[in-house]
Amino acid sequence: MLIKLEKRKEPSQTMLYATPVIAVLLTMIVGGLLFTIIGHNGFNAVWEIFITPVINPHIWPDLGVKAGPLILIAVGLSIGFKANVWNIGAEGQYIVGALAGTGIALATWEFEGWWILPLMCIAGALGGGLYAAVPAYLKTKLNVNEILTSLMLTYAAIQLLNYLMRGPWKDPEGFNFPETRQFNDSQILPEIGGTIIHMGVPLVFLIAIITWFVMSKSVFGFQIRVVGSAPSAARYGGFSADKTIWAAMLIGGAFAGLAGIFEASGPFQQMVPQFPTGYGFTAIIVAFLGRLHPIGIIFGGLILAVSYVGGEIAQSRLGLPNSAAGIFQALMLFFLLASDILIKYRMKFSSSSAKGEAA
Amino acid sequence: MTVAENQDSHDRIELKGITKAFPGVLANDQVSFKIKPSEIHALLGENGAGKSTLVKMIYGIMQPDAGEIIWQGTSLKIANPKAARKMGVGMVFQHFSLFEAMTVLENIALGMDAKISQSELEDKIRAVMTTYGLMLDPHRIVSTLSVGERQRIEIVRALLLNPKLLIMDEPTSVLTPQEVAQLFETLRKLSATGCAILYISHKLHEIKELCDQATILRGGKVVGECNPREETSKSMAEMMIGGNLKQIEKQAGRDFGALRFAVNNLSQKGEGDFGVALEGIDMSVCSGEIFGIAGVAGNGQNELLLALSGETPSIDANSIKLDGNAIGAFNTLERREVGLCAVPEERNGHAAVVDFSLTDNAILTARNRMNLANQGLIKAGKAKAFAESVIAQFAVKTTGANKQAGSLSGGNLQKFVVGREIMQNPDVIIVSQPTWGVDAGAAAAIHQALVDLATNGSSVIVISQDLDELLAICDTMAVINEGKLSKTLNVGEASIDEIGLLMGGIHGDPSVQSDAKETLDAH
Repeated sequence: MLIKLEKRKEPSQTMLYATPVIAVLLTMIVGGLLFTIIGHNGFNAVWEIFITPVINPHIWPDLGVKAGPLILIAVGLSIGFKANVWNIGAEGQYIVGALAGTGIALATWEFEGWWILPLMCIAGALGGGLYAAVPAYLKTKLNVNEILTSLMLTYAAIQLLNYLMRGPWKDPEGFNFPETRQFNDSQILPEIGGTIIHMGVPLVFLIAIITWFVMSKSVFGFQIRVVGSAPSAARYGGFSADKTIWAAMLIGGAFAGLAGIFEASGPFQQMVPQFPTGYGFTAIIVAFLGRLHPIGIIFGGLILAVSYVGGEIAQSRLGLPNSAAGIFQALMLFFLLASDILIKYRMKFSSSSAKGEAA
Repeated sequence: MTVAENQDSHDRIELKGITKAFPGVLANDQVSFKIKPSEIHALLGENGAGKSTLVKMIYGIMQPDAGEIIWQGTSLKIANPKAARKMGVGMVFQHFSLFEAMTVLENIALGMDAKISQSELEDKIRAVMTTYGLMLDPHRIVSTLSVGERQRIEIVRALLLNPKLLIMDEPTSVLTPQEVAQLFETLRKLSATGCAILYISHKLHEIKELCDQATILRGGKVVGECNPREETSKSMAEMMIGGNLKQIEKQAGRDFGALRFAVNNLSQKGEGDFGVALEGIDMSVCSGEIFGIAGVAGNGQNELLLALSGETPSIDANSIKLDGNAIGAFNTLERREVGLCAVPEERNGHAAVVDFSLTDNAILTARNRMNLANQGLIKAGKAKAFAESVIAQFAVKTTGANKQAGSLSGGNLQKFVVGREIMQNPDVIIVSQPTWGVDAGAAAAIHQALVDLATNGSSVIVISQDLDELLAICDTMAVINEGKLSKTLNVGEASIDEIGLLMGGIHGDPSVQSDAKETLDAH
């Protein structure tokens, strides 16, 4: 039996939403097989990574905390991706945003008051945005590829973090460990209802919904889509490509920076060299898994959060290596991109009638 | 040779009951006709009549659902274009498949099934070009070429394979009268060697001049066959659209209103390394006047359209004036606000976003004039209503405003795009190639809409390479050549020869071209 790909007249809406599901299923199957081949119990691995976090309500708050930054960064990135602006350096913007917010926290550690947290958040968003402004400037003025610049700046951000932790921002009472002071009570995002879910998580959902509204209903959202789909038509329609690049980069950076300060003042409650955990990169998977649609991204973020939390469970219960979750995440992106072809093409199994004609 | 003689006793190709369905449409319904060796056979039909689908099946791009293709007496399946080329079917598409960043030579090399060296290929290309009088530098980068020049690549590419059947989809839309004459000579030479030609065009007088036989498609069915030489253009057009063709109603010798749109000494550098620079463009168009700009493709028409529409604003605000207001420095948005709308030549990706719905494409240019957005928010209902009114007014064939622009046939999308601008009721409209690739019925509708707009006091500027079109609808016209605009001619008084000479230069004037050939040969 031969499988042929046939172009659809219009992209399939069904497939647009079905392919993420297909990708997740294929990831489970292939991931399970892979771990079986290398000598683990593949079924258990898939079960612990993908099913346990979903069926155990005690773990749900963990999912929220993990999904929060992923969703926020991915929503920001999705705006750029729609406009064909490929900001790959959200990890760097996430770090710099967190550092900017931490800077405010360290400067105000002797103060108390409701105003400190908002100020930290604003600083976080500004920090991330400004860090993304560098690739935006290089792209619009010198036409330097933003994929390269934004990615490379991530490593610069990590070095900046290491420098600050070991130098100027080291906790004077911290026994020479490379980390900042603990944030004070005015600098920590309050937790909700005795769970580990901090205020940042509901805010992320709110931001995602607002973004959805803006992207689907506003002229700005329209501009992003036109510039991404047809640059000439955008110019004809009166939209500036440069302004769009700036906007997309700044929003992506600001959202990543905000996610950074949420993470620092939420779960971490201080700044440490181990702060970057790759959320900025995983968010790229989340953005595509969610079809670059804010509501889809909420689901995408939750799925990736499941794989993170499940990875930890599998690590402790089954002794799977730390990188197991990473493998599953990579498989997921691979299968998603591969199965996306079904949106524009349909599979055609060579039917018996065609054979009859040929004979 | 014996094989060839053997083959000549058969029809070159015969189609029997070809049927092809797409979801929701029967594109071809029991289509049958034959083409003899050496025959130049016209395929006529409105947009969406199924012409493209039919030739795609002959060229192996699609497979028929039912029916038979008989090639020189043998029934066979054409699995893919490579198989078609191997059989001896060549095709020149209406939309070109060229890599923009590569040279002419590289593009042709990529399309060749047989591997041959670059220098050998270049010699072959030059030989074909000399034989058929096609001027083209093989080392030019495609992105710097005009539509007309790009088409020549496709023609050369097809001719290199010494085809037995050449399919040409709307080939003359971008050529000057002289070039058309040359192309016809080429095609007649080709037919004299035994090659059959399937010629798709909506220009009926060309079909009358060139073709031996015509098959007329309507709604996917063959509705008539005729000898074009024995028919009138009008009778063929009526067979094609299945009704009476409306004549354009235009008052001759109308009085124009006051001066509305003036361009004074507009100069601009060309975009990119090979873009055409505009030099000292002057024109003045009155209220109610239709002003045509003729010229061979690639002489600055695109640059002029961009400069007039505001996509490449000028530094000198006074270089363009609308009702006395200096708008030269305005961008497209600001120009639309003051009443200037434009339609660029390229529909896909420029005038319209292919993967957007028609509603979204309406928002693209009409959001401010038609009040489709307020405070930065889009009024979805109003936008849809406006798109639907364009669809209704301009008889755009589609199942709804939520359909993607790319799902429309070229002519229908053109009707939508032109309609979208006309229905914004602009004071000045600038349209480039309003009817490129559009059938007679749709073209008449677009022309009538432009004439009506002028009658209501707007200034209309039509940039076209189709001289017949300009002569039919314009009151005054000028010719653009190498970025310079000629003096203004009154359409009633200008002769075709005079216009042809102005279009002239090395591209169009056959005497100049033959001189060039001689110098080439002398080397």
